[in-house]
Amino acid sequence: MDPTLVPAMASATPEIFLAAAGMALLMLGVFRKEDATGLVSWLAIASFIVAGVLVLTHGGPTDTPTFFGMFVTSQFAQFAKILILMGSALSIILSNDYMRREQAQRFEYPVLIVYATVGMMMMVSADDLIALYIGLELQSLALYVVASIRRDTLRSTEAGLKYFVLGALSSGMLLYGCSLIYGFAGTTDFAGLAGVFTTLENETVPVGLVFGLVFLISGLAFKVSAVPFHMWTPDVYEGAPTPVTALFAIAPKVAAICLFLRVMVGPFGELIDQWQQVIVVISILSMGLGAFAALVQTNIKRLMAYSSIGHMGYALVGVAAGNEAGASGVLIYLTVYLFMNVGTFACILAMRQQGRAVEGINDLAGLSKSHPMMAVALLVFMFSMAGIPPLAGFFGKWFVFLAAIDAGLYTLAILGVMASVVSAFYYLRIVKIMYFDEAVEPLDSAVPGDLRVVMYVATAVTLLFFLMPSPVVEVADAAAAALMGG
Amino acid sequence: MASDWPLLSLVTFLPLAGVIFILFVRGDEATVARNSRYIALWTSMAAFLLSLPLWIGFDPTTAEFQFVEKVAWIPGANINYHMGLDGISLFFVLLSTLLTPICILSSWDAVKTRVREYMIAFLVLETMMVGMFCALDMLVFYIFFEGVLIPMFIIIGVWGGARRVYAAFKFFLYTLLGSVLMLVAMLSMYFTADTTDVPTLMAFKFAADIQPWLWLAFFASFAVKVPMWPVHTWLPDAHVEAPTAGSVILAGVLLKMGGYGFLRFSIPMFPEATDMFAPLVFTLSVVAVIYTSLVALAQEDLKKLIAYSSVAHMGFVTIGMFTMNEQGVQGSIFQMLSHGIVSGALFLCVGVIYDRMHTREIAAYGGLVNRMPRYALVFMIFTMASVGLPATSGFVGEFLVLMGAFEVSTWLAAFAATGVILGAAYMLYVYRRIIFGVLDKENLKSITDLSPREIAIFAPLVILVFWMGIYPASFLDMMAVSVDNLIANYNVALLESGVTVANR
Repeated sequence: MDPTLVPAMASATPEIFLAAAGMALLMLGVFRKEDATGLVSWLAIASFIVAGVLVLTHGGPTDTPTFFGMFVTSQFAQFAKILILMGSALSIILSNDYMRREQAQRFEYPVLIVYATVGMMMMVSADDLIALYIGLELQSLALYVVASIRRDTLRSTEAGLKYFVLGALSSGMLLYGCSLIYGFAGTTDFAGLAGVFTTLENETVPVGLVFGLVFLISGLAFKVSAVPFHMWTPDVYEGAPTPVTALFAIAPKVAAICLFLRVMVGPFGELIDQWQQVIVVISILSMGLGAFAALVQTNIKRLMAYSSIGHMGYALVGVAAGNEAGASGVLIYLTVYLFMNVGTFACILAMRQQGRAVEGINDLAGLSKSHPMMAVALLVFMFSMAGIPPLAGFFGKWFVFLAAIDAGLYTLAILGVMASVVSAFYYLRIVKIMYFDEAVEPLDSAVPGDLRVVMYVATAVTLLFFLMPSPVVEVADAAAAALMGG
Repeated sequence: MASDWPLLSLVTFLPLAGVIFILFVRGDEATVARNSRYIALWTSMAAFLLSLPLWIGFDPTTAEFQFVEKVAWIPGANINYHMGLDGISLFFVLLSTLLTPICILSSWDAVKTRVREYMIAFLVLETMMVGMFCALDMLVFYIFFEGVLIPMFIIIGVWGGARRVYAAFKFFLYTLLGSVLMLVAMLSMYFTADTTDVPTLMAFKFAADIQPWLWLAFFASFAVKVPMWPVHTWLPDAHVEAPTAGSVILAGVLLKMGGYGFLRFSIPMFPEATDMFAPLVFTLSVVAVIYTSLVALAQEDLKKLIAYSSVAHMGFVTIGMFTMNEQGVQGSIFQMLSHGIVSGALFLCVGVIYDRMHTREIAAYGGLVNRMPRYALVFMIFTMASVGLPATSGFVGEFLVLMGAFEVSTWLAAFAATGVILGAAYMLYVYRRIIFGVLDKENLKSITDLSPREIAIFAPLVILVFWMGIYPASFLDMMAVSVDNLIANYNVALLESGVTVANR
C-alpha cells in the first residue's frame, strides 16, 4: 500500500483509544460470568481520564488536520473534548448508585456512553460535513439506546422511541441540508466551503445554499434542543431514567453547541448575514420558552428540561454574536453549565422517600432542615442558574452577553436578560420550597457517598469560581482565537 | 496603622471569616445558636472597629480615592479587583459596619429558629454591602450589588412574617429586573471604553447620543433600589414582612445603594444625560415626597408607615443629588446617612414592641409612656429626628437639600417643603397614638420597659443622631472635597458639551 495514503493517526489518538477501550469493555462485560457493571463503569471512567490526558498531550496550539482533511484537532476541539469527557465521566459516576438501587444494572450502559462520547469527540473535531454527520450519528444511535436502557419500563421505552423518531427526522433534515450545500458549493470540506464563500463576496448567495444552511441549522438546533425544535426534550427528560437525563443534559449539549459554533463561524463564517438572524431568533425563543414554560412545572426533571432549553438559548447568544468573544463566551458558559447541571442532577438523584426515587418539586419541601448541606448545594446551583453573582452562572452570562453587545445585538441582550429575570422566578421557587416550606414527608437521610462527593465538588466550583475565573477565561480565549484563526 | 495593609479588603471579608467559624460550630441546637450569636457579634464588632481607622486615616483634602487596592483579577479581559474610598463612600462603609452588629444584637432573642443560618446570612450580607461601597471596578461593583439579593431573599423568606414568600419574591424580582438592565448598560460601556475601571470610566467621555440610554438603564436599577415612586411598591411589602433586623438593613443600607449608585455612576459618567433627566428625577421625587407622605398618614400598620416614610425621605435624597450644587449633594449624602440611622432606629423601636406584643397594628397600642418611659424617650428622639427637628441629624440633611433645591427652582423647594410638614404630621400622629393616651388595653398592662441589651442597641444611635445634628461638620468636612470635585467635573463636562450652566 502506498505509504502516503495512510493518514497520520497520532492526532486522533484519544478517539482511537476510547473506541478500542469501548470494545475491550464490551468483551469484558460479555465474558465475565457475574454482573460486571460496577467494574465496567469504573473502567469506563478510567478510560475517560486516560482519553482526557491523551487529548491534552496530542494536538498543539496550531490546527493539525488529518484523515485527508476530515478530522482536525485544535485548541478549540481540545477544550470541548475535555468538557465532554468530564461530562460523560461524571454522568457514569452519578448513575452507579441509581442503577444499583433500581436493579437496572447493565454493563452495556457505560459501554454505550463510551461510544456516544467517541461520537461527540468526533463531532467537535470534524472538518468535513460527512465526518460531522458520522460523529453525530454515532453519538445519537448510542444515546437512543441509552434512553430506553430500562427496556422493561414503559416510560423509558417511550422516551427512547420518541427520541429516536424525532432524532431520525432531525438527522434527515441535517443530511438534506448538507446535500444542498454540497450541491451549491461543490465541496463538503470545511476549508473548501469557507474558500467558496469568500469568493462569493460581492455576488448574491444562491437561494439553495441558504436553504441548505437553514436545514443544517434546524438539524443542529434539534440536537441542542433549541426552540422550535425542542418538543422532544421535556418528554425524553422526564421519561428517561434520571442518570440518563443527567447525561443528556450535559455532554451531548456541550458537544452539540460546540459543533454548532464550529460550523457557523468556521465554514459559514462569511455568510454571517444569512445565519445570524436565524440564530438570534431561535436563541430568543429558547430563552423565552425556557423561562415561561418552566414556571408551571411540578416535576423537577421536566423543569430541568425547560431550564436546559433556556440555557441553550443563552449559549446560542454567544453563537449568534459570531465573533471571537462569542466563541470564548460560549466555552465559558458551557464549562459553568456543566458543573451546575452535574451538581443539580446529583441532588435530584439523591431525592428518595423510603428508598423510592421521587421527582416532584414539592418533595423538596423542608430540605433545609432534613439535609442542610444538600439544600445549600441546591441553593447555590439554583442561584447560579438564575445568573446571580458572585456564583459561576453569572460569569457565563456576562461573557456571552458581552459578546452580543460586541456584535451590536442589543435587542438580543436585553431580551436575554429579561428572560433571565423570568427564569429566576422558578429557580427561586425551588429555593422557597426547600427553605420556606415545611416538609410533608422528609426525604431519606442517607445520601450515597459518590453523589455526595460530586455534589460538593460541583458546589465548590460553582461557589468559588469567582476567585479564579482567569484560568478558564484565558484557556477559552485561546481556544476561541484558534477557532477563529483556523 | 500601617498604610500598606489591605484595610478595605480586611473590613469587607472579615465577616466571611466569621461565617467559616460558624460553619464549624458543633453541638446541640442551643449551643450552636449561642455560639453562632457570639461569633457573629464579635466578628461584626471587629469589622466595625477595623473600619474606624478608615475614618481616622482618611485625608479630607483630596478627592482622590484612598486606601486603594488593585489586583489583576481577569487580566485577559482587563478586569481588576479594584477597591478604594473617597469622601462619598467613606461614611456608607461605616454605616454598614455600624448597623450590622446592632442588627445582630437586636435579633439576639427575637430569632429563635435556625440561628446559625440567620447569622451566616447577616455576615454574608455585610460583606456584600461593604464591598459594594468600596468597589472601584464595575464588575466587582455589580457582583456585590447583586449578591446582596441572595442573603436578603433568605432573610425575608425564612424569618419573615405571614406574607413573607410574596414579599421575598417581589423584592428579589423587582430589584433583579432593574439590575439586569444596568448589566446590559455596563457591558455596553465596557465594550465602548474597553475597561471596567470606575475612575477611568469617570474620565471617559461617552458619546452624547448613547448617554441617555445608558443613564436610563442605570436609572432602572438605582430607582428601584432607592426606591423612587412609582417603582417603590416592593419596599412596603419587604419591610413589613422582613424580621426587624432585616428591615433595619433594608432601610439603613440597601436603599442607600441606589443613591450611592447615582453619585458613583450616573452623575459623573453621564453628565449630559443627568442634566437632561434632572427634571424627571425632580418630578418623581416630589411626587414621592408628597404622595407617600399622604399614604403614610393613612397606615394602620406601624412598620408600613415607617416604610412609606422611608420612600418620602429618599425622595429628598434624590432631589438633593440632582440639584448638583454643593448644598444639595452634601445634603443628600448627609440625609442618606441620617436616614440610615434614624429609620433603622425606628424599625428597631417597632421591633421592641413587636417582640413583646407580636403585633404591628397601631391601634393595638396606646399609653405606653405609663409603662415604658425609657422607650417613650428613645422613640421620641427618633421621631423628632425623622421629622427634622433642629439639633437632630434629620434637620441638617433636609435643610441642606431644601437650600440646594431653592437654588434650582423655588417651586421645587416649595413642594419638597410640603413633604417636611406632612412628615411631621404623620410621625407626630403615630407617636401620639402609640405612646400617649390612657393605657386601657389589658394585655399592655404588663409590658416591660427597655432591657439593658436594648438600651445598648439604642445608645450609639442616639449619640449619633445628636452628634450629626449638633456638629455636622465632622461628617460634612470629610465629604466636601469629593463633592466639590464631582460638581466641578460635572460642570466642566456640561460646558464642553455646550450646555451652559445658566439655562439649566
